[in-house]
Amino acid sequence: MPAAGAAPFAMQTAESQSVNAACWSCGCFVPAGKPWCDACGKIQAPSEGVDYFTVFGLPRKLLIDLTALERNFYRMSRKLHPDLYAQASPDERQWSLDQTSLLNDAYRTMKNPIARTEYLLRLEGVEIEAGRSEDGKPKDSRVPPDLLEEVFELNMQLEEMRMNRKMGEDDPQLRADLEKARTQFESQLAAVDTSLESLWTRWDEIVENASAGAEANKIKGEIIALLDRRRYIRNLVRDVNEALEN
Amino acid sequence: MAEARIVGIDLGTTNSLVAYMQGDQPVVIPGEDGANLVPSVVAIPDPKKVIVGFPAYPYLASQPDRVVYSVKRLMGRGVEDIQEELKLFPFHLAPDIQPAEVLRLEIGDQQYTPPEISAYVLRQLKKNAERYFGAPVTKAVVTVPAYFNDAQRQATKDAGRMAGLEVLRLVNEPTAAALAYGLDREKEGIVAVYDLGGGTFDISILKLHEGIFEVIATNGDTHLGGDDIDHLLMAIALDDIRGEYNLDLSTNAEAVQAIRKAVIDAKIVLSSAEKAYISLTLPNGQPYNREITREQFEQIIQPVLDRTVGPCKQALKDAGLKPEQIGEVVLVGGSTRIPLVRRLTDQLFQLSERGKKPHTELNPDEVVALGAAVQAHILEGGSKATEDMLLLDVTPLSLGIEALGGVVAKIIQRNSTIPASVTEHFTTGVDGQTNVAIHVVQGEREMAKDCRSLARFDLKGIPPMSAGLPRIEVKFLIDANGILHVSAREQRSGKEAEIEVKPTYGLTDEQVENMILESFDYAEQDFAERQLIEARNEAATILAAVDKAPSHPAWRQLTDDEHTQIGMVAEEVRVLSEGDDLQALRDATRALDQATRRFAELMMDSAVGSAIRGETMESAGEKLGEGPTAPHPIAPAEIK
Repeated sequence: MPAAGAAPFAMQTAESQSVNAACWSCGCFVPAGKPWCDACGKIQAPSEGVDYFTVFGLPRKLLIDLTALERNFYRMSRKLHPDLYAQASPDERQWSLDQTSLLNDAYRTMKNPIARTEYLLRLEGVEIEAGRSEDGKPKDSRVPPDLLEEVFELNMQLEEMRMNRKMGEDDPQLRADLEKARTQFESQLAAVDTSLESLWTRWDEIVENASAGAEANKIKGEIIALLDRRRYIRNLVRDVNEALEN
Repeated sequence: MAEARIVGIDLGTTNSLVAYMQGDQPVVIPGEDGANLVPSVVAIPDPKKVIVGFPAYPYLASQPDRVVYSVKRLMGRGVEDIQEELKLFPFHLAPDIQPAEVLRLEIGDQQYTPPEISAYVLRQLKKNAERYFGAPVTKAVVTVPAYFNDAQRQATKDAGRMAGLEVLRLVNEPTAAALAYGLDREKEGIVAVYDLGGGTFDISILKLHEGIFEVIATNGDTHLGGDDIDHLLMAIALDDIRGEYNLDLSTNAEAVQAIRKAVIDAKIVLSSAEKAYISLTLPNGQPYNREITREQFEQIIQPVLDRTVGPCKQALKDAGLKPEQIGEVVLVGGSTRIPLVRRLTDQLFQLSERGKKPHTELNPDEVVALGAAVQAHILEGGSKATEDMLLLDVTPLSLGIEALGGVVAKIIQRNSTIPASVTEHFTTGVDGQTNVAIHVVQGEREMAKDCRSLARFDLKGIPPMSAGLPRIEVKFLIDANGILHVSAREQRSGKEAEIEVKPTYGLTDEQVENMILESFDYAEQDFAERQLIEARNEAATILAAVDKAPSHPAWRQLTDDEHTQIGMVAEEVRVLSEGDDLQALRDATRALDQATRRFAELMMDSAVGSAIRGETMESAGEKLGEGPTAPHPIAPAEIK
């Protein structure tokens, strides 16, 4: 997912604060991050530094009602989309474009639990592996120690598979081994996801109880470790899939 | 004048159409010839004379080097991209074109970029719409293949501008088709649109929910279509002729065009018949007739159709869906009339085994233009018919930046809903560095050289600082048309960094501006010429009616004076319509219209009379013939 700051030279974005403003059209009060004026319905210039949780009016929790999120996304699209401002003033057209791209970026990140988690961690000041998130190529992820042996064997098999392909040969035994490995890594992935889910729940409890501090940091650390592990296994599965498909 | 109308335009590889929303239904606007389609063929027999559509066809045989067709294949492309097309299409490129430069076609001693040629087609559609409305048309929604990249989209938009059309939105063709279908029924669920046109293939998967058309994934091939089928058949015919008559026609442009026409005819027949003939007269006068059965045809085209399978599977994968989760399949584009295409899509989406049929109710040649008209109407502010309809489309290709070692760092993934944006931060690597160069690419490959180069930016005027200290914020935004915009600023000094965008395959604003000016020079001339032609047509219609008049019984009810008067004015119209004096011709035509008015009334009376005597209006009408029923031709469009 193209979460914020995913770049070769990415640097962390400092969290900037957004401010309340008055509607440009009717002068009524518009709360920070609100894309339109509730009084007159006019679209507003986007305020600086609105985060994706604020876009949807959500607390910084990790478990989200996806149906409600989609409904909200559609509802806001119906108010902000550039199609509705084709004949409006240049300013309003620009704001509609900015507001809608912010909305789309936010929705894309929020609907994917992993992207959402990485995004929240970044908001919390955590650096995610050089900005590479889910779909990026791994840079030099460390092999999780407990997987060392399996990864070593898998890499041998993948290499053999590539050699075979070059020679135009097919080794059914190797294929079967790789399929077995894939199943195994996929179940590892599922296990990671289950652990992640329970961490999300714990995180949300902390947010709810507003109890920050040591406990929150501990969970953050655990989530970061799990995300690393997940990314690593996912890339393995992808490599195996590529080898098997070709 | 009424509020400016926004028309919907399908700018196709083979044919183009213009449509608009009439009440709550989109309709195609016919040309002067009554045809809905305007072939995307442009003949330029001399620089002052540009002929578009069906009238350009004869030049394919007589002056093939002065006709351009399938120019859409060249839009937004460089010379290194089109080597394959050059083998198959008679494009005459200017000899001095360098790689990564906008293409130029040479016609006579003039050169034209692909957007200019497309602009001529657009201008014809604009004229057709203006003639139809009797009012100027300056705004349009234009469709593009969903899989078009940034440069191809930009080129299409440039073409609109050159034609005097403000392109308010580029809409993806399969999405437009979904809009046209979505209008009739309140649909919900997942829809796949399989669009195989003359030159491009698209597959889009959409989620329909309470009027929202959300594209979840799209894929395609911008060089795959009916043209490719034609070329296979042409190759066979050429081989055949070489073998049988010892004639090599491959370099005979005129003969190649005749073969092209013959195979297209045969292809069309094979969509409904079990066999067809590729038949033409060879340059040596001998007839060539080759039977081709449906089975042979299908064998020949199978490899072309197989190339649509990969994109379909990829789109399903990207959408996270299995074929059986696709609720409806819509077939778009002329090539989907081919029975084998129907079988292939049936298999791909497991339709018949689930008791389903693909949607083909709307004419596959027109459905995209109809959808464009719906989108145009939405942009106009909509009405009851389009209430709650909203299109959420995606970018077909990932956007990336070239990083160290030529590797691509993806910043916006394909299938992201547009508009989409990302903000990146860049810094310097050397003390005192004041420039940072950025190379933006589009595509899915790992290495920048394998992706499509979009543009190179130079971030200039960075205040000299230690390496790594400047902090330049660059915002990349893909707008609702799928076109990239870039803005930058240096954060530490608060200085707006100057950004110089060099589009790799595009025209600069200045170039487009110049081309607009050039076309304006001709526009006036075009307009005057058109008005004269229309006035002549009008005169011809009345004269034909007058010639027939004496055979009608109502004629005898006129006085001798009236007979003489009509004869005199008719003669004047006849003489003037040979000349160039527009105003005199119009005046005379109006006078003739006046002079024949009583005759027209008498004729109407007798028609009503015969209806009362037990004849139907229809049979009375037949007796009248065609002519005299049209003494008041439709007023010609007046554009001020």
